[in-house]
Amino acid sequence: MTDAPTEAPVGTAAEIALPRGESRLAGLAEFWHYFSQSRGAVVGLVVFVLLVLMAIVAPWLAPYDPSAQFPQAVLVPPIWQHGGNSAFLLGTDAVGRDMLSRIMHGARYSLMIGLLVVIVSLISGVILGLLAGYFRGWVDTVIMRVMDIILAFPSLLLALVLVAVLGRGLLNSMIAIALVMQPHFARLVRAAVMAEKNREYVTSAKVAGAGHLRLMLITILPNCLAPLIVQATLSFSNAILEAAALGFLGMGAQPPTPEWGTMLADARDLILRAWWVVTFPGLAILITVLAINLMGDGLRDALDPKLKRS
Amino acid sequence: MVVPTLIGISIVSFGLIRVLSVDPVTLLSGEYAMTPERHAELMHQFGFDRPLWQQYLSYLWGVLHGDFGTSLATKTPVLTQFLTLFPATLELSICAILLAIVLGVPAGIFAAVKRGSWFDQFATGTALVGYSMPIFWWGILLIIVFAGVLHWTPVSGRIDLLYYFKPVTGFMLIDSLLSGQKGAFQSAVSHLILPTIVLATIPLAVIARQTRSAMLEVLGEDYIRTARSKGLSLSRVIGLHAFRNALIPVVTTIGLQIGLLMAGAVLTETIFSWPGVGKWMIDAIGHRDYAVVQGGLLIIAVIIMMVNLVVDLLYAVINPRVRVQ
Repeated sequence: MTDAPTEAPVGTAAEIALPRGESRLAGLAEFWHYFSQSRGAVVGLVVFVLLVLMAIVAPWLAPYDPSAQFPQAVLVPPIWQHGGNSAFLLGTDAVGRDMLSRIMHGARYSLMIGLLVVIVSLISGVILGLLAGYFRGWVDTVIMRVMDIILAFPSLLLALVLVAVLGRGLLNSMIAIALVMQPHFARLVRAAVMAEKNREYVTSAKVAGAGHLRLMLITILPNCLAPLIVQATLSFSNAILEAAALGFLGMGAQPPTPEWGTMLADARDLILRAWWVVTFPGLAILITVLAINLMGDGLRDALDPKLKRS
Repeated sequence: MVVPTLIGISIVSFGLIRVLSVDPVTLLSGEYAMTPERHAELMHQFGFDRPLWQQYLSYLWGVLHGDFGTSLATKTPVLTQFLTLFPATLELSICAILLAIVLGVPAGIFAAVKRGSWFDQFATGTALVGYSMPIFWWGILLIIVFAGVLHWTPVSGRIDLLYYFKPVTGFMLIDSLLSGQKGAFQSAVSHLILPTIVLATIPLAVIARQTRSAMLEVLGEDYIRTARSKGLSLSRVIGLHAFRNALIPVVTTIGLQIGLLMAGAVLTETIFSWPGVGKWMIDAIGHRDYAVVQGGLLIIAVIIMMVNLVVDLLYAVINPRVRVQ
C-alpha cells in the first residue's frame, strides 16, 4: 500500500498513467494515507462505527424495550450514584423507562435521520446543481434564485414553519430539514460543474458524441465528488442536530419515540431534580455529532488538494 | 439581485402556510370543531375567500406600507409586536457575537501562530466540541450547574421581578442603568450571562476555526517570509501584514453567523424564557398564529439580507481589490 504515489504531486497525471482499476485502488490508498494521518479523524471513524453497531444491535442488546415502563422504578439515578439500581445502568426517566435502552434505540433514529436527510438533499441538490451549472441561462437563474430565497431564511426557523404547516412528526421534520439543506449541495455542485465544464476532457467527450445526460452524470459529476463528500458529512451531523432541535421544540419526533431531542424535551421540567434524564440524551447527540465532524475534518483534509501539502 | 430575492422571500413567507395546508382558519382552529357557516364567515372576514394572487398583492401592499398583518392571538399589529420584542433579541445577539469575536479571533490567531502547540490543540479541540454542541442541551447543562447547583445566576428571564421601569431603548442593560435603581444593572447582567454564552458557543467555535485556518494560509505566503526576513518583529508581521489579509474570510464568516444567530436565538430564548423574537415565533407556531408566523418570517429574512448586504459593503473597506471593481 505504501508504494502508492503519495509523494508525487497528487493529481490527474498520475491517475491517467495508470489503468483504471489500479488508479482507483491507488487513489483509495492515497486517501487512506492522508485520512489516517489525522488522529482525530480516525477516532471519529471508530466512534462512528461503534455508534452504527450500537444502532444495529439495539433491539437485541438493549436491556429493555425503549417504551417499557417500570412504575416501581421511577427516576432511579445511574448505578454509580447513591440509590442507583444495577438493573438500570443509566437510571430511569419520569415514567420509569430505562435510559440506557432509550439512548441505544435513539441512535437508530438519529443515524437514520442523518442518512435519509443527506440522501434526499444530496440527490435533489446534485440534480438542481448539475442542471444549473451545465445549462446556465434561464435554468440557472431560476434554480439559483430559488436556492437564494431558501438560504435567506434561518434554516431552523424555516424548518420549524415547514413542520408546523406539514404537521408535527419525524417524517415531516426530515422533509423540512432536507429541503433547507439542499441549496448548499446545489450551490456546490453548480460551482464545481462550471469549473469542470470547460476543461478539455469534457470537450473531448462532447466531440466524441456524448449526450447531455452522459456528459453531466458520467463525465463531469465524478470529478465534483470531493467537495460533495465533505459537504455530505457536514450535513449529516447538521441534520442530526436540527432534527434533535426540532424534537426538543416539540415539532419533531413525538413522544414516546426515543429520539434524543424529544427525550430532552420530555425531561425539561426535571432539569434541577434528575440530571441524568437530561444529561445522557444530550451527551449522545454531542458524541455522535462530534464523531461525524471529526471524520468530516479528516475527509476534507484528505480530499482537498489545496491543504494536502501544508 | 436583491429585489427578486425580496419578492421571493415575501412569496415564500406568504405562500407556505396557504399552499401547503388547508387554509388559515382551519389551521387556526386546530383540533376544535367549527361549523361550516362560522368557517365561511371567518374566511370572508379575513379575506381568505378571494383568489390567492389578490390576497398576495394586498398583503404585499400592506407590507410596503408597514402593515404586516395583525396577530390573531393578541389582536395587535405584527410589526408593533416585533418592534417591542426585537431589542431583547438584538441585545442578546450583540452580546453573543461580541463574545464570539473577542474570544474567537485572538484564539484563532494565537493557535495559528503557535501551530501544533498545546494551546493550538486545546483550542482546536474545544472549537470542534463547541461546533458540534446541541446548544439547547448546553443551555440546560449550564442552568443545572450555574443556576441549580452554584446559584450564581438566575434560571430565566431578563431581569428580577423586583425591578420595574419603563423601557426606553428596549435594551435591558441600558434601561436598567437609566432607571437609576440600585442593583438593576447587576440583575440584568446576571440574567444575560448564560444566554449569551449559549448563543455565542457555535459562532465562537466557527470564528476561531476560520480565523486559525485563514491565518495559517496567510502565514504560509511568501510576503510574510519577506517581511520577517526584512527584520520586522513577529508581532508587527502578524498584526500588520498577516491579520489584515486573514480578515477577509473572517469577516465573511462573522457575517454568515448573523443568520445562524437568529436560528440559535429561537432555541436559546426558548430555554431561558427570554422574551425575544425567537420565542415569539415559536409561540406563534404553537398557537398557529399564521399572521405572526408569516410576518415574522418575512421581517427576519429581510433583516438577515440587510446584514449580509452590510457585510458585502464592509469588504470594500477591508479589501482594496474589491473597491476597484
